[in-house]
Amino acid sequence: MSNTLSLSRRRFLTTTATAAGAAALGAALPASRAHAAGDLTVGFIYVGPKDDFGYNQAHAEGAAAVKAMSGVTVVEEENVPETVDVQNTMQSMINFDGASLLFPTSFGYFDPHILEMAVKYPDVRFEHAGGMWSADKHPMNVGSYFGYIGMGQFLNGITAGHATKTKKIGFVAAKPIPQVLLNINSFLLGARQVDPTITCQVIFTGEWSLAVKEAEATNALADQGCDVITCHVDGPKVVMETAAGRGAYICGYHANQSPLAPDMYLTGAEWNWAGVYTGMVQTVLDGGEIGNFVRGGLAEGFIKMSPLGPAVSDAARAQFEETKAKIMAGGYAVINGPMSDNKGNVIATAGQSFVETDVALESMDYLVDGVIGSTS
Amino acid sequence: MSTSADIGLWGVPLAILGGAIRVSTPFLFVSLGECLTERSGRINLGLEGTLVFGAMAGYAIAFQTGSAWAGVLAAALAGTVFGLFHGWICKFRGVNDIAIGIAMMLLGSGLAFFFGKPYIQPVAPDLPAIPLGWWSDVTQVQAALQINVLFLIGAAFSVALWWVFKSTRVGLTIRVVGDSTDAARAMGLNPDLVRLLATAAGGALAGVGGAYLSLYYPGSWNEGVSSGQGLMAVALVIFARWNPVYCFWAALLFGGAGALGPALQSVGVSQGYYLFYAAPYVLTLGLLIATSSPNRALEGAPGELSITK
Repeated sequence: MSNTLSLSRRRFLTTTATAAGAAALGAALPASRAHAAGDLTVGFIYVGPKDDFGYNQAHAEGAAAVKAMSGVTVVEEENVPETVDVQNTMQSMINFDGASLLFPTSFGYFDPHILEMAVKYPDVRFEHAGGMWSADKHPMNVGSYFGYIGMGQFLNGITAGHATKTKKIGFVAAKPIPQVLLNINSFLLGARQVDPTITCQVIFTGEWSLAVKEAEATNALADQGCDVITCHVDGPKVVMETAAGRGAYICGYHANQSPLAPDMYLTGAEWNWAGVYTGMVQTVLDGGEIGNFVRGGLAEGFIKMSPLGPAVSDAARAQFEETKAKIMAGGYAVINGPMSDNKGNVIATAGQSFVETDVALESMDYLVDGVIGSTS
Repeated sequence: MSTSADIGLWGVPLAILGGAIRVSTPFLFVSLGECLTERSGRINLGLEGTLVFGAMAGYAIAFQTGSAWAGVLAAALAGTVFGLFHGWICKFRGVNDIAIGIAMMLLGSGLAFFFGKPYIQPVAPDLPAIPLGWWSDVTQVQAALQINVLFLIGAAFSVALWWVFKSTRVGLTIRVVGDSTDAARAMGLNPDLVRLLATAAGGALAGVGGAYLSLYYPGSWNEGVSSGQGLMAVALVIFARWNPVYCFWAALLFGGAGALGPALQSVGVSQGYYLFYAAPYVLTLGLLIATSSPNRALEGAPGELSITK
């Protein structure tokens, strides 16, 4: 055994030479991995592919804008599940890439994954999209940011209300979390600005990305006579193509899907992360602190609407622009009392309103009257 | 074009019928491929990877050439290559076909994700469908009976494969090799060659199943397009007792059961949808338990399969 364990002189020399060669090679590699002092390395983590016509693409477009800034190195990883995998990804970005600012973008990354990593790495800043950060429960190096995209779905709903002939509109949703419920409710309430008899049928697929189930859900909605369909899943491409194929109008979500079916596309609620991300990174570069709870809507440039499609009538266009101007002015409320949920419970009494910025909307757990569906 | 009718609860059986036709085709092709491979005495668990790679290759080639059928051909070729690779490695002594299959599954998916990156966004041409619902004025019925050519090819192929196994020399050769390597050798057959060809043909079928996913329904390439359908199809072969015609019915059943959840929600049965989504799996478990027996081996199982030996 001794001769296998002992290191001959020749073997020692080869090993050292190889190691030195590897080190030299590492030094010669472009700066993408090497971390120069003073530079800021920012990590972006996505739950799906970053060109999915949807949620991840919207974030990746923001990351691309950050990449163009000087003095910043961006590292990205896609298809990271909402499991302990994301903790490993975060650790490797921190330990190997020297990242000091992380954007783990998926909703399910927050609790417990980001929270655990934030305690372990107190010098690293974690920014999470959509998480409910609160000062008394969560570490100070965790921040939460999100956009009031429900307002975008409300505007989607106005174009849908004008376009629907059957007075039934449809929504393909992933999971019944507050952000999704707010979008569903806003979509219907927007349509009800046009005609209060409109109903919205929702189908939950149970996962963020399940192509076949999303297509089945879209077909089931079309079978029930829904003639305007939108969605809240990670990659809306399948829903948009299937709905347009069944002759239904479509409202986009996350990103602009109009190239998929230009004639059927009414408008869409899009993220605009480029401005948000470059702003945050600039704050850090300037030595400032990003707020722990950052929110913004149309007015702040967190979200934007797709250009209106050819199927949008003049009346719809006028109401769309008028409402958009009101939302841009600030303080707009979608939920105005008296209003009850679809089980008959009162959610807002007469005179009570929940404005865009109300934090109570971020723990929404109901579907409003007129939405056909259930949260469980 | 006629107007859509308010079909109410009829939406559920219609969705199950439509879903059975729309969703079943990948199940059908993968299970026929696996059936062929397993009847020769090998298990290829890698068909999930072949399915995903076939979906990517089919979409990419259809986009590049502008022809959906060129995409189907490319998917079949890619599947053949994966099958040949699996069959070639497994002929070596001491190689476990199940372990190789799992490796091939990961390899296929990984390669598909790698090469498929530039094809997530573009829109490729779709495969044509035959409108068999022309006799009805209800648009929902017309939509449910939009039948893709590949579904019909798959249905015809399952009967053809059943006939090949039952009454042709080729079928007998595959069955002998699958049931007893020694008997096959005594007959002067070359079991490795037969298995290699059977695995390659099985891979080609799985590749075509993948092309259906990306070129017809749901009709676009993305990394989550299969959601495990290839694996379910492999299990479906056992459920179908290695009979190609049963594979056809089992694929229809799985497709229809998958449509149940969305359809029930669409008519207002919305409580407990996670439970409805588990319907296909509950169904499989139930039927397997109902048809199993502790006293005899699985009926129809090839004797040389590593799981029954």
